[in-house]
Order: sequence, then C-alpha cells, then structure tokens
Amino acid sequence: MMLEVTNLAKSYGDVPAIADLTFGVAAQEFVCIVGPSGCGKTTLLKCLSGLLEPSRGTAVLDGTTVDGPPETLALVFQEYSRSLLPWKTVLDNVLLPLRAKGLDKAEQRRLAMESLAEVGLADFTHAYPWQLSGGMQQRVAIARALAYQPKVLLMDEPFASVDAQTRAELEDLILKVRRHFGITVVLVTHDIDEAVYLADRVVVLTKRPTKVAEVIDIDLPDDRDQVTTRESPEFAHLRGQVARLIVGAQPGDADTTNVGVAS
Amino acid sequence: MRQRLSNLALELWLPVALVVGWWLLSDTSTSTYFPSLRTIMATFVDTWMFTRFGSDVIPSMARFAYGLGIALVIGITIGTVLGLVPTLRRAFDPILDFFRALPKPALLPLAIVVFGVGDGMKIFIIAFGTVWPILLNTTDGVRGVDPMLHDMARVFGLTRWQRLWQIILPAASPQMFVGIRLSLSIGLILMVVSEMVASTNGLGFFVLLSQQTFAIPQMWAGILLLGIIGYAVNLVFLMVERRVLRWHIGRRAAASGDDHQPTAKPKGRLRRARVVTALSSVFRTNA
Ligand SMILES: Nc1ncnc2c1ncn2[C@@H]1O[C@H](COP(=O)(O)OP(=O)(O)O)[C@@H](O)[C@H]1O
Ligand SMILES: [Mg+2]
Repeated sequence: MMLEVTNLAKSYGDVPAIADLTFGVAAQEFVCIVGPSGCGKTTLLKCLSGLLEPSRGTAVLDGTTVDGPPETLALVFQEYSRSLLPWKTVLDNVLLPLRAKGLDKAEQRRLAMESLAEVGLADFTHAYPWQLSGGMQQRVAIARALAYQPKVLLMDEPFASVDAQTRAELEDLILKVRRHFGITVVLVTHDIDEAVYLADRVVVLTKRPTKVAEVIDIDLPDDRDQVTTRESPEFAHLRGQVARLIVGAQPGDADTTNVGVAS
Repeated sequence: MRQRLSNLALELWLPVALVVGWWLLSDTSTSTYFPSLRTIMATFVDTWMFTRFGSDVIPSMARFAYGLGIALVIGITIGTVLGLVPTLRRAFDPILDFFRALPKPALLPLAIVVFGVGDGMKIFIIAFGTVWPILLNTTDGVRGVDPMLHDMARVFGLTRWQRLWQIILPAASPQMFVGIRLSLSIGLILMVVSEMVASTNGLGFFVLLSQQTFAIPQMWAGILLLGIIGYAVNLVFLMVERRVLRWHIGRRAAASGDDHQPTAKPKGRLRRARVVTALSSVFRTNA
C-alpha cells in the first residue's frame, strides 16, 4: 500500500470533524473520496499531507508515518487562485518548490518545462496567473505539483469552481497525467459523477461525524471517455450505487438527492 | 497617443491656468509680502541654480533620505517580526499605539538635548516620525497573508528564507506601500520643522531665515521649492510603486473586469510586446 489510513480521527476542539476513517490506496491507484460538503474532506487531506495532526489514528505514506509534510507528496488546493503566487510568473510558480529541493538549475528548469508542457501551458510560461482563466490557473497548480515529482498527488475538489466544459477537459488531463507519470492520486470531490468517472476505487464518506460508508471498485475500462463512459450502463449502475450510499447516509434530509451536483 | 494627450490636457489645464493667473495678477504687485511671481521666479533661479543648492537643498534631501532609509529598514524588520509572532505583537500593541499617536515634533526638544543640533537630531526625528506607518502597515500586511499560502509553503517544503522573501514580503508589499506613502509626507514635514527649530542650513532653515531677514522673495522661492520637492517625491514613489506592485495592479484590474477572460496570449514572437502593451494600457487607465 502506498497510503494507509488507520482509524484516523480529527476534532476541532470538542467538535468531531472526522470520527474514524480506515482505508488504503495502492501504488499508482486513483482513488476518489466522495462525501457531502462539510463532512471533513479538506480536513482529511490536511491530515494526509501533514498540515494537521490527527487527533487519533495514523496515516502511513510509503512506509513512513506522516507527522509533517512528506517530500513525496504534493497537494493541489481547492482554490487555485489563492494557492498560486500572483507576483510570480507561471514558470516561477512552478520553479519555486524545486528551488528548495537542491536540484541543479538546468534540472529544475527541465522539470518545470516538462510539467507545464504536460498540462498544455508551454506557451504561457511568462504570463502571470491572474492573466489566465480559472481552468488555466488550475493547470498551473497541477503542473507545480507534478514538477515536484511526488509519489502521491492529493487533490482537494480541484475542478469544483470551473465551468462544465473546462471541468471535463481537466478531468481528462488528470487521467492522462496520472498514466504518464505513474503517480498515485487521491482526489476529493462532492461530485458523484466525477468520482466514478475518474477513479479506480471510490471511498464514500458518511456525513459528520465522518466514517467510511463503503469502498466501491470501479471496474470500468481504463480508457475513459467523457461521452461513451458516461453513457454506459455500468457507469449509471456505479453512479447509482454511490448515490444511494450518500443518500442513505443522510436520512430525512429532503435535499439529499441533489448531493451529487450541489456545490 | 491622441488619448494620452487629451488625458494630459485634462489634468494640466487647471494648474497651468492658476500659474498664468498668478503671474498676471501679481505682476504689478508692490506688496512686500506678496511679490510678483516674476520676482519670485527670478529669485528662485538665482537662489537654487546653483548658489544655495549644495548648501541647503542637498543637506535637506540627505537628511530626509537617511531618516526614511533607517525607518524603512527598522519598520519593515520589526513589522515583519511582529506580524509573524502574535504574542509579541500583543505585548507591543499598546506601546506602538502610544508612539503612533504621539505628535512627533513634541520630541524635538528631547532630540536636541540628546543629539545636539546637527544632522543626527534631524535624521532621528525623521526616522522616528516615519517608522510607525511603515511598521504598522508591514505588521498588518504580514498578518494578512492568506493562510493557504502558508499551507502551500509547508506542503512544498519551502525553506524559511523562501517563505520570507518569496511569499510573506511580496504578499505584504501592497500594504507596506500604503505605509511608505504616509511616511513620505510625514518625513518632509519633519525635515522642514526640525530645520526651522535648530539648524545652520537646509530648506526649512532657509525659509525661516529669509522671513526673519525680510528676504521675502527668497522665502517664497524656498516655499516653492519645497512644494516642488514634495510633488517630485510623490511622483517618484508612484513610479516605484507601479513597478514593484505591477502584479498587484494587474490582478486588481483583472479581478474588477466582470468577465474573467484570460488576458495572456500564447508565446510568440510578439508575446512579450503584447503583454507589455496590455500592462501599460492598464496603467494608463489607472493613472
Ligand atoms: N480550522 C477549523 N476550526 C474549526 N472547525 C473547522 C475548521 N476547519 C473545518 N472545520 C469544520 O470541520 C468540518 C469539516 O470541514 P472541511 O474539512 O472543510 O469539510 P469539506 O472539505 O468536506 O467541505 C466543517 O464542519 C467545518 O466547519
Ligand atoms: Mg473542502
């Protein structure tokens, strides 16, 4: 297992955000974590990336217990516009983490250019983030994470604030990148369709206090396509399975059927 | 180009009209205290080009520059530390508020006792007066750095040095510039006042001496030069700010457009030129 989460719990003061989570992610696997808004998905990623200390339980990354940000892990934040540095160009944003790694200049540049090319931004290296559209800014954030050469890439609702067309493009981009670089991806989302479309396995969370409702294998073919995959009966079936779990996790809530598309 | 010219005309017609009006109305003046602008200008040229330039203008500007320089170093350093360490900031808050509220010229007698009447006293007063806006705004700016940037820095393993120079200081810089701008006008006031109180040269000294020796045109020439210096200092400040905060101005302009259309064009032979044109047009409309 590349990442093993065991009985992880996190409270803010007396308020439990995450009650008890146990799941694993294999090397090179793509796992989506789905749960309703406010169930502690961001909290979970902060614990996995060593930004927050769990109240109980452990996260073990590639054999080492996480107790601070590991060097083999990168994070793409929920709000791209806040995690990029507006005073730096696209290239310098991507280069910044590499400077701390002690690589030589040529290697830093090569890695940065390679990952920018991978996300389709080779021609925008000298633009500033605020000159780019939201989707392009999120591509910069992805390139920055890739250039850092992580074994595990964590993504926190990375496509939640872009339009549908851009979202589809970014979903396919991340699938391509993941195959290309052979990295392990853990992507958090509240969008059931997105989770099923992207993942090898989906971890469904309950509402707070948060536990794992179920882990569902997504046995769709590896080559996913925005049209054919989404219209296949298997996709509809899996989607329904996840939706039922999430609806079941919130009995009595009239709005629950909309969970999959709520923002 | 035509647009720029008409903008310039819109900004300049009133000042030009006032000067022309002053010139015409005062030309027949026989008043001792309000000499004609013609006389003032003649005196201005005689005095500042260049007999008293080295003896009064240079010393004044040097004191101003040293005082401000010291205030910048101290204000930004301490301001950053206080911004980063909340417990320290809470301990210092009452003291800072006291000194900020203290009318700075009240310290002149003390400064004269401690530093004498030389440059040291004036540099001290200028530095002391200008350090507070810089310090307080730096603290605010550093405190206001988006916590997500701190998270980002930790996840990507940035060094302390990188966090300070690549994230915290740039993020706080727009707020710092607010403080520096305040400091510039305070600094000029204290420069003049300290030279009026105890000095043997400098612009403040010259204006007061001229008045006391009934050299009224000289007094006017001194006042005029001080006004011009104040204006020029502000102009230089704006130029520096526009350069350093290019990203900030551009981002604000991008965010205030109601559609979030990307403004960057793909790299090509003309890419750099295009971005520069785009940026300079942003500045023009903001200027
Ligand atoms: N720093 C914090 N202090 C106190 N409560 C917090 C903090 N961050 C998040 N929470 C609470 O924890 C719960 C989970 O938050 P979060 O992890 O952001 O959820 P999600 O990302 O799934 O929307 C929410 O109810 C939120 O209000
Ligand atoms: Mg969240």
